[in-house]
Amino acid sequence: MRNSLFIIIVILLAVSCKKDNYAPPGTSFKGRIVYQGEAVNVGHGEVFFELWESGWGKRTPINVGVAQDGSFSSLLFDGTYQLVIPGNQGPFLTLPDGASHTDTTLLQLKGDRTMDIEVLPYYMIRNAKVSASGRQVTVNCKLEKIVTDTRARNVERVTLYVNRTQFVDGINNIANQTINGGDIQDPANITTQVNVPAINPVQSSVFVRVGVKVEGVEDMLFSPVIEQKL
Amino acid sequence: MRTYVFYILLMLTLFGCVKSNDDFLDRSPSNILLDEQVWKDEVLVLSLIADLYNRYPDYQTIENWSEFAAFDEAFASESGQYGRHKNQQYGYGAWGFWDYGYVRALNLFIEKCAKANQLKPASRERFLAEARFLRAHLYFELVKRMGGVPLVLEPLTYDYKGDPSALRRPREKESAIYDFVLKEMDAVMQVLPDDANIKSRATKGLALAVKARAALYAAAIAKYGATTPQVSLPGGEVGIPASMAAGYYQTALNAARQLINSGKYALYNKKPDNLSDNFAALFYDKGGNPEVIFVKDFKLQSGTVQEWTLANQPRSLAEEQQGGRLNPSLNLVQSFEKLDNTFAPYQTNAANGDYIYYDKPEDMFAGRDARLAGTVILPGTEFKSKKVDIWAGYILKDGSIVTANNFGGQAMLGGNRVQVVGFDGPIDNLEFSAQTGFYVRKYQDPAVGSGRIGTKSEVWWVRYRYAEVLLNAAEAAFELGDPNTAAGYLNQVRARAGFTIPLTPADVTFDRIVHERRVELAFEGHQLWDMKRWRLAHVVWDGLSTDLTAHPEKARSTSTRVFGLLPYRIYNPGTPQDGKWVFKKVIPSNVTSAHRFRLGNYYSYIGDDIRNNNPLVTKNPNQ
Repeated sequence: MRNSLFIIIVILLAVSCKKDNYAPPGTSFKGRIVYQGEAVNVGHGEVFFELWESGWGKRTPINVGVAQDGSFSSLLFDGTYQLVIPGNQGPFLTLPDGASHTDTTLLQLKGDRTMDIEVLPYYMIRNAKVSASGRQVTVNCKLEKIVTDTRARNVERVTLYVNRTQFVDGINNIANQTINGGDIQDPANITTQVNVPAINPVQSSVFVRVGVKVEGVEDMLFSPVIEQKL
Repeated sequence: MRTYVFYILLMLTLFGCVKSNDDFLDRSPSNILLDEQVWKDEVLVLSLIADLYNRYPDYQTIENWSEFAAFDEAFASESGQYGRHKNQQYGYGAWGFWDYGYVRALNLFIEKCAKANQLKPASRERFLAEARFLRAHLYFELVKRMGGVPLVLEPLTYDYKGDPSALRRPREKESAIYDFVLKEMDAVMQVLPDDANIKSRATKGLALAVKARAALYAAAIAKYGATTPQVSLPGGEVGIPASMAAGYYQTALNAARQLINSGKYALYNKKPDNLSDNFAALFYDKGGNPEVIFVKDFKLQSGTVQEWTLANQPRSLAEEQQGGRLNPSLNLVQSFEKLDNTFAPYQTNAANGDYIYYDKPEDMFAGRDARLAGTVILPGTEFKSKKVDIWAGYILKDGSIVTANNFGGQAMLGGNRVQVVGFDGPIDNLEFSAQTGFYVRKYQDPAVGSGRIGTKSEVWWVRYRYAEVLLNAAEAAFELGDPNTAAGYLNQVRARAGFTIPLTPADVTFDRIVHERRVELAFEGHQLWDMKRWRLAHVVWDGLSTDLTAHPEKARSTSTRVFGLLPYRIYNPGTPQDGKWVFKKVIPSNVTSAHRFRLGNYYSYIGDDIRNNNPLVTKNPNQ
């Protein structure tokens, strides 16, 4: 008798786990923030956008963070969402949605979906090339002005960042070198270098990228992260 | 027999049920006081208003020491608080405040007090003015944090009919809230007592001080908000048009002048022979203090005591096994000027790279603004008439350091076992030690027992004082293009700090104004609001790991990480340097990240729950 009771309890416990838990969100929503098919690189943890889903009483957005390389991914439930990039987020202007002509894009999720979000960055960093001699890292890149109409903004500074890990930005760096916007002679050919301090424990390579701070825009725009052997 | 008893009981029960007694359930409660009981008794109304005073919101206060380590004024030397120096950025919700429960309590008080005709008219008017003062001040606190908020001036009551939309109010313009505060101050100052001896209740002087401060904030937002056009909303809920700046500055100057010219308050100067002690005493002297305008008061053995001294007393002199939590930063300490009105970062090394040797550790800080030693416990100085023991170790001839990792730790030195580190540290990563080389002095209570858990301290928290009014007047005058007047007010404050060379009108710049407030008002809860209204916060706390600035006099110098300055002794027998003191600039190992104040931090995030309940409330910008 006691044995069978024990077995029943074990079975009930095992089954109840399944019974009273909801399924986790399983639909993946992935993509990149792009300009004409090229990913817009941003700082780690700086840029996010909001997904709103109506029909749940209280409205609270799901914030989706954008990774350094401009990609994002989120696990969601199937449904209809509204995608909004909040004002003044990111080093870019948002484009009005083609269908709604507002800042809101309707997003139908039914199974996994990959979607790139087109934006209009103030600038793009092209052809960033890194070289090293000894512990000096040199970067050459081209700065292309994308927004040229009345909304155009000047470059406040261009900064070269070096870090020991793949997270490279204004906060996460071990060495940096800045050129002020006014000192840039030829935006098509920007070269800057920095000496990398000794790293303990020793590692054979560092991670490098160039960032552009646009006047009056908080979030910086970056080139892709490049791993450079020293 | 038993049957009879049963029937009798049954009948009694039944009769009991039908007994005619209308008042049977109508009893006056024994655990709460009803409105009609309260509003005829002055003592009870006083306890009501005392509760409302008690709910006055402060951000950084002596009851919440760790918030002073949120920016660059200090390091938090407690294990649980190191995270403050590891956070990369401030959350958008930081400093948020949305207490409409308090608004409702004040509105109810005002509504009922106005009808309380059993109170003496004079006391009723005073209570009414106090509640209106608190309500206006609450809106000032709200607008500082959130921008324009819904202005609710009557107690809202829901009718339970399923549609609460009639209770929804949109956000007012930021300027409209400031205008409301200024207007209310004008109204209540006619009624409030004009008595400088009242410190913990509203007075006419306080209303003037609040008016000066609020107008100055509005003016600065109007003027400097123009430098950050992104920090605004199209409806004006955030941001004030630049054209309104001059008007607000004039209001601020007039209010401050009215208070100054009333002659009821004066700078505290009871200990003119030691200006540092004088400056420290200004905060703990509760007997006839002419400078203090409004405080939150405490009283020993009443349950209302505070723990500032317990938390921050020097570890070597502590009355408990704790203390030393708040360590002022070198960033702040180097901001104090030299007595010849010039600025200089502390020189630790000579041009050839060798140390600069000092006979005594306090010599490093000699010839500086008296407020430095009044605000900070420096190495080699005293607290409660005993010397603190702040030194980080011995430096040997070859440059190596001998130190220990516990308070007053010992090690072998020249063949003898001796103490090699102070009983106050500094020991990196050891809580309660002076990890920046400094302890805080402001508000520390010199009374015996103030550092004991069983006693604590009754030093009050000063919310408004005369020196700030002078600085407000100076800033307003300067912005109105009158540096002459500005210099006059600044010089009053500076003379009390030991400066003998007055500033000339040409010396008064925006940087000067910013600097004077930084050093005079450190650890008084002004920094965040000042940096916000000048729109300097995102410039100074820009998130970049820059070195300690060499230009403490510049308002826009970055200061994102807290630095320390540690004294060492030289051990080199037989040379003239033996026993002398040298200093090393350090960054505590727990300071791993730079503070980053984003544009979205200028006005705190309004919670989704609030905006769900009231869709008329718009979101703050850049979040």
